Amino acid sequence: MNQKPTAGLGLKPRHFEQALECRAAGLWFEVHPENYVVDGGPRLAWLTQIRERHPVSLHGVSLSLAADAPPDAGLLRRLRALADRIEPFMVSEHLAWSTWRGAYRPDLLPFPRTSEALARICANVSASQDALGRRLAIENPSHYLRIDGHEWGEIDFLAELARRTGCGLLLDVNNVFVSAANLGFDPRTYIDAFPCAPLMEIHLAGHSRDPAMGDKLLIDSHDAPVAESVWALHSRLVARTGPRPTLIERDDHLPEFDVLLDERERAHDALRELAKAA
Amino acid sequence: MSLAAYQDAFAQALFLDPEDADPRVAHLAAQPAFAVYRNTVMKGCIDALEANFPAVTRLVGEEWFREAARRYVTSQLPREPWLLTYGATFPAFLSEYSSAVGMPWLAEVARLDRLWTCVHTAPDDAALHAGALALDPASLARARLSPHPAARWAWFDGAPIYTIWRRNREQDADASQIDWHGEGALITRPTGAVQWTELEESACHFLNACGLGLTVLQAMEAALEVDPDVDLRALVSRLIEAGAFSALTTPTEVTA
Repeated sequence: MNQKPTAGLGLKPRHFEQALECRAAGLWFEVHPENYVVDGGPRLAWLTQIRERHPVSLHGVSLSLAADAPPDAGLLRRLRALADRIEPFMVSEHLAWSTWRGAYRPDLLPFPRTSEALARICANVSASQDALGRRLAIENPSHYLRIDGHEWGEIDFLAELARRTGCGLLLDVNNVFVSAANLGFDPRTYIDAFPCAPLMEIHLAGHSRDPAMGDKLLIDSHDAPVAESVWALHSRLVARTGPRPTLIERDDHLPEFDVLLDERERAHDALRELAKAA
Repeated sequence: MSLAAYQDAFAQALFLDPEDADPRVAHLAAQPAFAVYRNTVMKGCIDALEANFPAVTRLVGEEWFREAARRYVTSQLPREPWLLTYGATFPAFLSEYSSAVGMPWLAEVARLDRLWTCVHTAPDDAALHAGALALDPASLARARLSPHPAARWAWFDGAPIYTIWRRNREQDADASQIDWHGEGALITRPTGAVQWTELEESACHFLNACGLGLTVLQAMEAALEVDPDVDLRALVSRLIEAGAFSALTTPTEVTA
């Protein structure tokens, strides 16, 4: 537990006991803070216990940074209180919107990457970093739609966001794979062009085919092991950037803890080899 | 198109048929992949309601529940950017909706599921120990008992809501006949986990009086009003044991 975080796992209530007891080198856990924005009670006590033994990352899903409105002040207050209590080694969010005109839609919604949107998102990221007293890592989304009106490529947009706000970036390799398949670009080109310096964390997850559209539409479903093609992109990425904390995300069709731990071990070994070689 | 105009149109299109979408996002709503967002938003909300109202779900079955939830989501998206406590107004929605299908008591069962969520997420505080009541009778009568921040109670006139709720919340296989009379419930969190117990009407009135900041004597009078034969000592011990209180304030402390 005193080692630097290498590969981590999403923390699931069902695996609490095993997660608490596990002593794998470099292991860390990631949670969605929205599940812990409570005043007290067993949930918070549980996360506090995990934190006493493992590094924890808070991966937000509902700050709605790409909405044309400031982030919810109540959520920021609660996130700050949680972060001060848990002392996460990483806090991240998404390049997406969900809350709009006072109503929350539980998804990561897309938008046209315009200069207007960039200015707004920069303001929202800066306000959030100030409120939380921490640097945020912003994640690239999965794409399903062909959107008219983009003025910026996604990588340039993220790099400029990082330059203007000092935020870091979180690269979800599975999202790149899914988006590349759905929109028709080469995921390797994207991976090769992603900026090294602001990259703080990497996500890996499984995806699936849309039940209605099959191969024409891949869904970032987090319900399967990481695909071999995604592992290959991960190797390609970290060979260039050097090791970065890498998370295995799994939300549905949850296997036993040991199965996830094996998958996580593969990422850990790869990162450790790179660190040795450096 | 401004970002705000785009978001207005997109947000609206999530709940419309593709052909009814605002022209500004028609090219998006027309793509089959738009359904991914439409479905994720709806499923996320319905799943959250199902998680927050498990007794109601078991009682009516998943299919009935998810259709009711779908209608609720359409009328009332989460107002807070998290789902943990989504559904504050779901019991009220159910009282209209379920009356229409002949289950007028369903909303009250939903109210208990809601109280469970409130207890689960309430602030931590130490529960009062029985020893705190070791005062001379005159001081105790003038003292005030503060309900624990994680204690919730309710009295249901004329219907065994607690038993219906408990059997479904605990997934109890007991399907024996339930006597049709009023019941109360107390939900607390004395040692971390949420727990529940049946409460008689006098005890509910006692707790109501404490919640209003009245003295122990006034709370006892409130209990005696509904049940002149109530064993007040046993009533108070049982409430303390369940973790219903966090503090006893004696008159000297009040003036100090």
